[in-house]
Amino acid sequence: MKRLSNTKMWLAALSIIALVVIISACSKSGRNRGMVESDAAGKVYIAPGTYDEFYCFMSGGFSGQVSVYGLPSGRLFKVISVYSQNPENGYGYTEETKPMLMTSHGFIPWDDAHHPELSQTNGVPDGRWIFINGNNTPRIARIDLKTFETAEIIEIPNTGGNHASAFTTPNTEYVVAATRFSVPYPQSDVPIAEYKKYFKGALSYIKVDQGSGKMSVAFQIIVPGFNYDLAHSGRGPSNGWSFFTCYNSEQATTLLEVNASKNDKDFIAAVNWKKAEEAVAAGKFKTIPANYFHNIYNEETQSATSEKLRSVKVIDPKDVPGLIYYLPTPKSPHGVDVDPTGEYIACGGKLAAMIPVHSFSKMLKAIENKQFDGEAEGIPILKYDAVIAGEVKDCGLGPLHTEFDGQGYGYTSAFISSEIVKWKIGTWQVVDRIPSYYSIGHLMIPGGDCAKPWGKYVVALNKITKDRYLPTGPEMCQSAQLIDISGDKMKLLLDFPTIGEPHYAQAIPAELLMKNSQKIFPIEQNKHPYAAKGEKEAKVVREGNNVHVYMTMTRSHFIPDNIEGVKVGDNVYIHTTNLEQDWDVPHGFAILGAEFSELLVMPGQTRTLVWKPKEVGVYPFYCTDFCSALHQEMSGYIRVSNTNVPISYNGSK
Amino acid sequence: MKKLILFTIVMMFFLIACGGGSKEDEFDHIKYGFGPITKVDIGPIDQALVEKGKKIFEIKCTACHKIETRYVAPKLGGITKRRAPEYIMNMILNPAEMIQKHPETKKLLAEYSVPMTFQNVTKDDARAILEYFRTCEDK
Repeated sequence: MKRLSNTKMWLAALSIIALVVIISACSKSGRNRGMVESDAAGKVYIAPGTYDEFYCFMSGGFSGQVSVYGLPSGRLFKVISVYSQNPENGYGYTEETKPMLMTSHGFIPWDDAHHPELSQTNGVPDGRWIFINGNNTPRIARIDLKTFETAEIIEIPNTGGNHASAFTTPNTEYVVAATRFSVPYPQSDVPIAEYKKYFKGALSYIKVDQGSGKMSVAFQIIVPGFNYDLAHSGRGPSNGWSFFTCYNSEQATTLLEVNASKNDKDFIAAVNWKKAEEAVAAGKFKTIPANYFHNIYNEETQSATSEKLRSVKVIDPKDVPGLIYYLPTPKSPHGVDVDPTGEYIACGGKLAAMIPVHSFSKMLKAIENKQFDGEAEGIPILKYDAVIAGEVKDCGLGPLHTEFDGQGYGYTSAFISSEIVKWKIGTWQVVDRIPSYYSIGHLMIPGGDCAKPWGKYVVALNKITKDRYLPTGPEMCQSAQLIDISGDKMKLLLDFPTIGEPHYAQAIPAELLMKNSQKIFPIEQNKHPYAAKGEKEAKVVREGNNVHVYMTMTRSHFIPDNIEGVKVGDNVYIHTTNLEQDWDVPHGFAILGAEFSELLVMPGQTRTLVWKPKEVGVYPFYCTDFCSALHQEMSGYIRVSNTNVPISYNGSK
Repeated sequence: MKKLILFTIVMMFFLIACGGGSKEDEFDHIKYGFGPITKVDIGPIDQALVEKGKKIFEIKCTACHKIETRYVAPKLGGITKRRAPEYIMNMILNPAEMIQKHPETKKLLAEYSVPMTFQNVTKDDARAILEYFRTCEDK
């Protein structure tokens, strides 16, 4: 017995030694996990029932949506439906929301959403709205941050790939849009080889009504046919100006990766938008035919409507001297990022081995002294040496995008060398660097593109995920990393997965938003034409081939829940009104055979599904969102006949 | 001396504990319920208030409650005979706490399975609904 125990003891000891050796060997041969501080867990741990410090809005990239995360936890709270249909809640399927996705090309259920931008007051995010561009079918969407729902989408005419968007001016006077791919202006059937003759760029300024948030295309500026990539507006001394990066000053149309990378320098276009406003007021514009849609969601009727617009105001820079200047910038620049003071403009010289930083005050002097270096289609090009404030050397390879911490430092993502470099404004010295896993694209500091950043964290938005998470086959989630920047040295805290491809993000202290967050839609304010406000209003009405069902939902029944008299070939409009007035009690609706997503109906809301029954029978429907202990009982039947059965239904008792 | 300090602390503790308790005990939660309403002044029936209450009741309450019959939830005809006006208003305004704390409400939840929820009404709305109920005493 005793001998056996000794044997066991030896075996156990051997196993432990083996385990230690295996672990240390594996960690040596294994992948690099990044240097994580021992207290990292405590810094990102949000105790159950407590809240994150920041809301973080990530672009959904090719998912077409916006996702909402908490920081520092990296927890996903919501996916806001913007440009893509969402079968989870019926967005883009319901009669109420389908008009949101109308465009001049027809109904489009998808887009590529890149750059979210919070509305600002005095250069600081104010929590009213967040805007995001649709890149493929050029659009800008406005999301209301009371409801976290898309309130409006406007199409941008004469644009091919709305990439340099949706960046705001310091008081959200405008959000901008610009064409990534120049196109014939106006669109026409021309040989591609005649690009230089026919193709133009358009920089669009979208006016935002300060009360309602309603957007309108105020004017477009026609510019040389380069590729306009990203933008930011000036603030403080540079308020009234906005800056757009452009690449492909070569004006290549094929194999751009080679042919658009030849010039040592491309440009930043500096646009004096206040001057453009004055020009419009003075009538220095042409109104030209255009074709674009404007879709607005009405909170009272809980329904969206589409309006077709047919003209746009266009400014030719030749008519407004001093409207635009080009700042030579190496090399195929991507980000153009204005520091919190408004004096410096950092440029992500994607193919350059340094970060050029322009000075706004030097730019004004260079304009005054006419320090020009030629012109591009009549637009003056300023001398590089006359506008450059400094070059951040040793900044890594492929510098893309810079955000600021408000403490005098810039943080630039370097895509090719997979790292973030921290550098000091003024000395242009790199003071710290940290690797990213892998291939960082954009990065984001809460408020890092505004006048007063909340410089506590930087989030790396990585393009490549590879081995960061458990493998899920060839298709992987996207990967973000949270890095603590509160000290001198950046510290990696957390990896967390994201949806689509987050190109850019914005974050704002939670306390600025959560107090305004709407919990229900008051039923008495519901002005939907087919709402049933109370079971007394529940009914079924036939109008020719259309049958309208005014249906109520509450825990846990529908009224009516037995409907007869529907015929094969009818269009059955099922208008469901959720009578609940309690936070977080949605009801769902689905019916057998419906070629439709479910409906998810928030308290006080009305949503409509169209069902076209093809065969006789009795079809069950039910609530899809678990609502109470009697949720399983929340169901009903619709009878579909071939003969004339009169409409009948059970109303409220 | 030390004993004295200890004694004082203990006594202070009891004082605070008792003080809080006795104040609580003054209010008859069983009769009046738990919530913001401690006293309701009842006068002659105010017909305008009845109409207002009926309208709100039909939009926000009838999905579960009927006056003349048991439905998803208890019948409400004659409710003003069975419960104090304060209890009724507290049940409308503060159902979550009522369900947690009041023995009668707990029993009802066990019987009906669906918890009553707050329907986003104001105190004035609840008072109007109460006035409507007063006209349904014999239904």
